[in-house]
Amino acid sequence: MTSVHVTDLVKDYTIRGGLKRTRLRAVDHVSLELTPGRTVALVGESGSGKSTIAKILTRMETPTSGGVKVVRDDGTEVDRAAYRREVQMVFQDPFASLNPFHSIEHHIARPLRIHDRTAAGEETRQRVLEMLERVNLTPAATIAPRRPHELSGGQRQRVAIARALAPGARVLIADEPVSMLDVSIRLGVLNLLGRLQREDDLAVLYITHDLATARHFSDEITVLYRGRVVERGPADAVILDPHHEYTKLLAAAAPDPERLGRVTADAPVDRDAIDNGACYDHFAGEWREAGVPAAEARAAVRD
Amino acid sequence: MTNLKPANTTPVADADPAAPAAPARSGWRSLLPTMTPWLAIGLALVGGIVLFGLIAPLLVGDPRQIRDQGLTPPSAEFWLGTTQTGQDVLAQLAFATRGSLQIGLLVGVLATVLSAFFGIYGAYRGKFLDDAFSLFTNVFLVIPGLPLVIVISGFVPRESRGLWTIAVVLAVTGWAASARVLHAQTLSVRQRDYVAASQVSGERPWRVIVVEILPNLLPVIASQFVFAVIAAILGEAGLSYIGLGASNSATLGTMLFYAQNGFALSLGAWWWFVPPGLMIALFGTGLSLVNFSIDEVINPKLKNLRQHRRRARRALRLERELARASRRTAAVKETDR
Amino acid sequence: MTATPAPPVLTVEDLTVVYEVDEPVTAVRNAGLTLHRGEILGLAGESGCGKTTLAYAVNRLHRPPARIASGRITFHDRSGEDVDLLALDDRELRAFRWDKLSMVFQGAMNALNPVGTVRAQLRDTLLAHRPRMSRKEVQGRSEEVLRRVGVDPRRLGSYPHELSGGMRQRVMIAMAMLLEPQIMIMDEPTTALDVVVQRDILREIVRLRDELDFAVVFITHDLPLLLEISDRIAVMLDGEIVELDTAAGLYRDAKHPYTRKLLGSFPSLSGERGAFIRTGVDQTAGAPTEERA
Repeated sequence: MTSVHVTDLVKDYTIRGGLKRTRLRAVDHVSLELTPGRTVALVGESGSGKSTIAKILTRMETPTSGGVKVVRDDGTEVDRAAYRREVQMVFQDPFASLNPFHSIEHHIARPLRIHDRTAAGEETRQRVLEMLERVNLTPAATIAPRRPHELSGGQRQRVAIARALAPGARVLIADEPVSMLDVSIRLGVLNLLGRLQREDDLAVLYITHDLATARHFSDEITVLYRGRVVERGPADAVILDPHHEYTKLLAAAAPDPERLGRVTADAPVDRDAIDNGACYDHFAGEWREAGVPAAEARAAVRD
Repeated sequence: MTNLKPANTTPVADADPAAPAAPARSGWRSLLPTMTPWLAIGLALVGGIVLFGLIAPLLVGDPRQIRDQGLTPPSAEFWLGTTQTGQDVLAQLAFATRGSLQIGLLVGVLATVLSAFFGIYGAYRGKFLDDAFSLFTNVFLVIPGLPLVIVISGFVPRESRGLWTIAVVLAVTGWAASARVLHAQTLSVRQRDYVAASQVSGERPWRVIVVEILPNLLPVIASQFVFAVIAAILGEAGLSYIGLGASNSATLGTMLFYAQNGFALSLGAWWWFVPPGLMIALFGTGLSLVNFSIDEVINPKLKNLRQHRRRARRALRLERELARASRRTAAVKETDR
Repeated sequence: MTATPAPPVLTVEDLTVVYEVDEPVTAVRNAGLTLHRGEILGLAGESGCGKTTLAYAVNRLHRPPARIASGRITFHDRSGEDVDLLALDDRELRAFRWDKLSMVFQGAMNALNPVGTVRAQLRDTLLAHRPRMSRKEVQGRSEEVLRRVGVDPRRLGSYPHELSGGMRQRVMIAMAMLLEPQIMIMDEPTTALDVVVQRDILREIVRLRDELDFAVVFITHDLPLLLEISDRIAVMLDGEIVELDTAAGLYRDAKHPYTRKLLGSFPSLSGERGAFIRTGVDQTAGAPTEERA
């Protein structure tokens, strides 16, 4: 089992416009913790830095400062070589994340081979079929030789999940895994992720802008606004009892069938006024300065 | 304007295990262009000329043999007549075609390798290397090709000006444009999630390039290879025509050069210059037709264009009828009132 | 949600749209609905269900190979005159569109001409339909519509890339209401936007409807959103309208199994429904089980 400790993560992008160089802070002192068997939802609007965090966690970007530490249960740290085996990602768009040129089998066989999970040949094939069956793509033998364009969006996303799990991943980053899918199949895919998580005791980071699924799919929610964590806590507490103005705004804005025919006449909010620069931590039950590492916050609770 | 695709292309059901198994198809097959009359003509022309270049030199006599039957028109003995010095034009054409094809193939391969390396590898690695490669490519792009070729060819002494020299000169001056195109294509493919996904899976960079990116660029590369071959054959013909071609080889260009020097045109000896000229033109046509079909693989929209237009016309006609009928009923109602 | 239904503004009867491909595909099958004046009618369904095709066909904006195979579309003008949309010729149709019925397209915020200012694009639309308007009137009207959708009229001189996504979407809505149409068809107008921006725009649409009394056909796959803003909702499946009811009626007592399935696909934000995802135990009956059969 593996857990992830993100401490004080900062990522700056340099934007070149003519001769001027401006710095854009995409991630601003974010701390997170992913533990086996738990799902943490990372919620925020586009541009809030949630995808940047996913890229840093999967080592597609390097942080400007701060660090990501991936630690196994026995206390050993996962090094560079084993990183990709431990930390995997499910991408948002299943229509873009599978190579149109290759068969489904290729997509799952490659990670198996790269990480020496199987010997070549028939054994790999058997493992691919097993992986496909695990994500409920049956009959696996007829799915494996197909190419991505012959599958529906939901089926493709299942393939993407199987690929992510193929190296034997312990940590799964799911970047909006269902937002491109038809609504009636979204819950099926989320349920599948939930089941796999329980079976493998995975640590999951669920990145989304959909508060309703964030609440029901995850144990813990971290709200991101303009690159900063503005609120964190147990899923129900954050959604049902939001403290930060931005979280309140998000919760109020999300469509909710329970509030049928809700009056929509309340005035728009001044976006600059709502950021108080602090983060409400439901675990600690108090406001904290943004950027205090999660571990410290938790430790404070335990004390 | 998003819903212009027919609704049946959208998979409606998700978990559909009962669906009949699709036949196993490899990605390679999708790279093959569909057979159209134009492609068939193109392939026939290219195939025929290549066969001619390969086989004919074994069957004809010595093209350099001088006879005293100068400038005879086509006859039973000499199917394409003779040159001023009594050489068999058919024999010359056979060897010249072979020489031109050699040059074309050589340059095509060299230019494609160069453009693929600088275009794809630079775009994939990004950052400094990309900037350096792009600058290098741009420099070659703005160098005026033909004058440089002339200068280089003129600079190399005639004795050492062999087939390879000419091929290298043509390749070096001809790869840059393709590299730009491949660079842009690679940038777009590299952005796709499946490339990121394979990197996250732990694939090594060379495998990402060769296995994940390259297959999706193959139609573009093939098209550019074909184009490079045409350009090389034409370029070499041009060089030879002005007397700067490879010294020890016979090509269609050298044939034209000698025809020009022998006053074939003013003497009305059409059989001397028409065959090599026609050969170049036909080969270029054939390759272009093949290239159009490859374009359809790159951009499937082109493939469906004609079919789409036909369907659109039919739909429009049927709908006009409906409108007319509904106008008629409206008119009837009006009079009833 | 008025007690007495307002007079109808658009009647669609038995509309069938066919794509003339090798084996003709029926994208919309025998659809019938009545849109009342000042009503927000939601059109819900998943990708490929024909909701966009239906919306385009109503306006006769569908492109071949799609064609209307049968049906009647009647527009009931405020003046009391009835217009048979299928009988209009091209010139009449151009005059009709935008003037009486306008559309906000899916991804419309990227449909603005990138090299023209907002002012130029509003002016072009206005002058195309009202050629005799003076420059002053055009300017006045442009400022007015922008103000209505909550965009500062000083933005008239801006180019699309200088505006945020939400702002561009508002400009598109402003453009759609430029000629005070009686019907506005909106195809996924907020799908690409963040929830907070989406909320602002929905609020604006409802407010404008109250002020100007136009009818709205709101197309989206987001049923919870429709439940909040629409008066009535039509649910489409495979080209057919399988259920049409008031929002409250649909939510409380959905008749068609597909509607129930769609409703069950959205976990509730504040309620308990959906909690089974985390635990793996389905606590409420009727919600979808883990895998579809």
